[in-house]
Amino acid sequence: MTTNALKSKSSTSGQAGDKIFSGTALAAGVLILVTLFAVAIFLLIQALPTFVADPADISGGEGFFAYIWPIVIGTVIAAAIALLIATPIGIGVALFISHFAPRKVAGPLGYVIDLLAAIPSVIYGAWGYMVLAPALVPIFEWLAANLGFIPIFAGPASQTGKTMFTAGIVLAVMVLPIITSLSREIFLQTPKLHEEAALALGATRWEMITMSVIPFARPGIISAVMLGLGRALGETMAVALVLSTGNLIPSLIKSGNQTIAAEIALNFPEAFGLRLAELIAAGLVLFLITLIVNMIARGIIARHKEFSGAN
Amino acid sequence: MSVMTSNKHSATPTPPSRKRNSLSKGKLPRWAVPATAAGAIIIGAALSTLTGFSVATFAIYSAVLFVIAATVITSVVEGKRQGRNAMWTYLIYGSFLLALIPLASVLYTVLEKGLPGMSSHFLFTSMNGVTGAVDNQTVADGAPVLGGAYHALMGTLLITLWATVISVPVGMLTAIYLVEYGKNGPLSKAITFFVDVMTGIPSIVAGLFAAAFFGLILGPNARMGIVAAVALSVLMIPTVVRSTEEMLKIVPNELREAAYALGVRRWRTILKVVIPTAISGIASGVTLAIARVIGETAPILVTAGIASQINTNVFANWMSTLPTFIYYQILTPTSPTNIDPSVQRAWAAALLLILMVMALNLGARLIASLFAPKKGR
Amino acid sequence: MAKRIDVNALNVYYSKFLAVEDISINIEPKSVTAFIGPSGCGKSTFLRTLNRMHEVIPGGRVEGEVLLDGDDLYGPGVDPVTVRSQIGMVFQRPNPFPTMSIKDNVLAGVKLNGKKISRSDADSLVEKSLRGANLWNEVKDRLDKPGSGLSGGQQQRLCIARTIAVKPDVILMDEPCSALDPISTLAIEDLINELKSDYTVVIVTHNMQQAARVSDKTAFFNIAGTGKPGKLIEYNDTAAIFSNPEQKATEDYVSGRFG
Repeated sequence: MTTNALKSKSSTSGQAGDKIFSGTALAAGVLILVTLFAVAIFLLIQALPTFVADPADISGGEGFFAYIWPIVIGTVIAAAIALLIATPIGIGVALFISHFAPRKVAGPLGYVIDLLAAIPSVIYGAWGYMVLAPALVPIFEWLAANLGFIPIFAGPASQTGKTMFTAGIVLAVMVLPIITSLSREIFLQTPKLHEEAALALGATRWEMITMSVIPFARPGIISAVMLGLGRALGETMAVALVLSTGNLIPSLIKSGNQTIAAEIALNFPEAFGLRLAELIAAGLVLFLITLIVNMIARGIIARHKEFSGAN
Repeated sequence: MSVMTSNKHSATPTPPSRKRNSLSKGKLPRWAVPATAAGAIIIGAALSTLTGFSVATFAIYSAVLFVIAATVITSVVEGKRQGRNAMWTYLIYGSFLLALIPLASVLYTVLEKGLPGMSSHFLFTSMNGVTGAVDNQTVADGAPVLGGAYHALMGTLLITLWATVISVPVGMLTAIYLVEYGKNGPLSKAITFFVDVMTGIPSIVAGLFAAAFFGLILGPNARMGIVAAVALSVLMIPTVVRSTEEMLKIVPNELREAAYALGVRRWRTILKVVIPTAISGIASGVTLAIARVIGETAPILVTAGIASQINTNVFANWMSTLPTFIYYQILTPTSPTNIDPSVQRAWAAALLLILMVMALNLGARLIASLFAPKKGR
Repeated sequence: MAKRIDVNALNVYYSKFLAVEDISINIEPKSVTAFIGPSGCGKSTFLRTLNRMHEVIPGGRVEGEVLLDGDDLYGPGVDPVTVRSQIGMVFQRPNPFPTMSIKDNVLAGVKLNGKKISRSDADSLVEKSLRGANLWNEVKDRLDKPGSGLSGGQQQRLCIARTIAVKPDVILMDEPCSALDPISTLAIEDLINELKSDYTVVIVTHNMQQAARVSDKTAFFNIAGTGKPGKLIEYNDTAAIFSNPEQKATEDYVSGRFG
């Protein structure tokens, strides 16, 4: 078959185009991998001085661990407040849009909630700083006066309202749209057959939701909350602007506490030398925490996907 | 929907001509819920007045009273199950109303505080030469606030533009690799995994990434626009990859096969058939990605520094963007003794930023609906 | 124009799964050959190996030879793109490009490969191809409208016009009428009859009446059971297959006893 007519007609330029194009696409994908890898290395190198330095030279004078753990705890507290508030409301809003609101307004309502997600974080921070914090002062005073025996509400309450509790509320507003939009998607995917089966048995709407919608959506809700957690852990501006920072304290209505992200944002602009390395190391810690949280969330989604195929 | 609302007592259609229907026996009359609501509002107002009236306590008392009363009344008249249904229904409606409060409050605040500062002076002047003394003088004279956000607006546009220039080709080509070439091999799995990792990166860490990267290459304190653009790209690329990937996946395989069967090469099929079919979705995804990064503050803080004068060169010197401008105007007012001019500038910048973000979001929706295929040209 | 196809001992695989086994068949130029057989017997899979579309599916590969006028499609160094521009294909569901006008759809095979074509040449090619597909009179006033605005039958004829615009030697049709109404089906069948004077046409069909109406020769494919490979059972003149089949399985199938 040396005189194959099909061979001679094949245009080499076209084949070269194919190779160039697929090569470019491949290069772009590899670029992402290389960048992430390089960046991880660079971060480690930049953070390294923190781990080899004399513990007395680290902020606080007791080494990196003593420096980082209070702000890790602070980060977790802020995120926990945010989730405690945002999860029930977020799921409620999602249910409202998917199963309660009239169909005609459900779409626009979903868009309104999505608008919440579109507002830049610095604007939430500014709003928390100037509007929410002063508005919460009377509530904090009331809490300190009536529930002050509980450590988290120990007084005297902050007179500016710039506390962990305020920061947590601002974070809640910011993660609410994430939880809402993801759970809404899952709720809408509930098989109509299951819903109608429940209704045909004489279930009320709420019973139908507990019988068919919630069991179907549970993994989706969990992963939505986890993704919200990831966002809350890494959110910077809300805390940097809203929280009057300080040492780790149990009370949520006094000034004090700090989160990793805000620590970096507030100190990085003036940092150099070992302080810079410290902040980059703190960033690494934050990255690892959010990475684990996001992995768990994605793991749940991925496992859920395999099962939902049957529906 | 009609099936679902049929068991909601307040919506039970009772034809006026038939006073009593055996099926509606044991149901609350239609006026019961509004009446309960009215009662709850009156008692709520009274309670609130007792403890020093405020809108917040009034709303809280009324809402709690209404949910309790409506639940109890429904339980007594219609039974326990209907009572539970009623309670959860009101709680779910309530959660929606609650979620609207911060949205309304934020938008109101931005408009109320931002509009007075919005002027052509604000839009086209930088903060160059505007010092604490200037602000003090302004306040003393009651003169219009000097200084604006022109430098920050330019910084935002330039840094976002560069981030887009970096992210769109890389993100789109990666998505093309994943959908058209990767075939779920180990490399495409690795890329998918790391794109997922990137999606979850906190924005401040993305900023640190870029800062550390350029810090090692160009020495410490290498802060300039392009570093910020790289940081934003780290946040933007995964969004672009995801949305492009999704759009490419919904292009029917039949179109690819049709092109192959005509003897069209793969790369031309992708460029001329697949991408044009998916372009509206891709464009709207990219627009949303831009909307997401244009408001980022934290990565800019650690990569571009802060400037008060106009700098349109992203490759040298510090730069401000609207978000960092807002941040610093609030946290460190130009004049610590007279913060009002700074606050006014911050909110005007916030208004400008929100308008840009909203425009981008609406633009994304418009692109998606206007340029959707099938409708033709 | 119009070349012959000779297939020698072809095995078709999806990864490790042998889908079609040991096919040898000779298809004459300027004839219509119909492939019939029950669902899953591999007739569409086999058809797709005739212009190397089978390998577009991940894991798809073949063993054996397919000769186009003596040239092996699967010979070393043969570019599948060249093969496909000489052996066109029409699919089960009409698939005009949604972003293109009727005119651009017809020119797709030419334009998408970046070939320069003058305006007058393009116009005459469009008219010639659309006339060849019996569509010209219906669409000549709206050549700039999107192809997806046409009816299903018109879309399918547009796809045929698109295929003949690249001047192939062979046209493969994979159940081209299965998504169409009876009147559109009739139009396509008439068109197949006309195409035969210029092209070698191979058509896969589920509809035995259609095979009897349009084809000169018919090949019957069958499988022994699920998971077994499809095989060519009988290949003969259409009249012989339908009136006097040699194999029992063929007789059962054409008389409607199974499938």
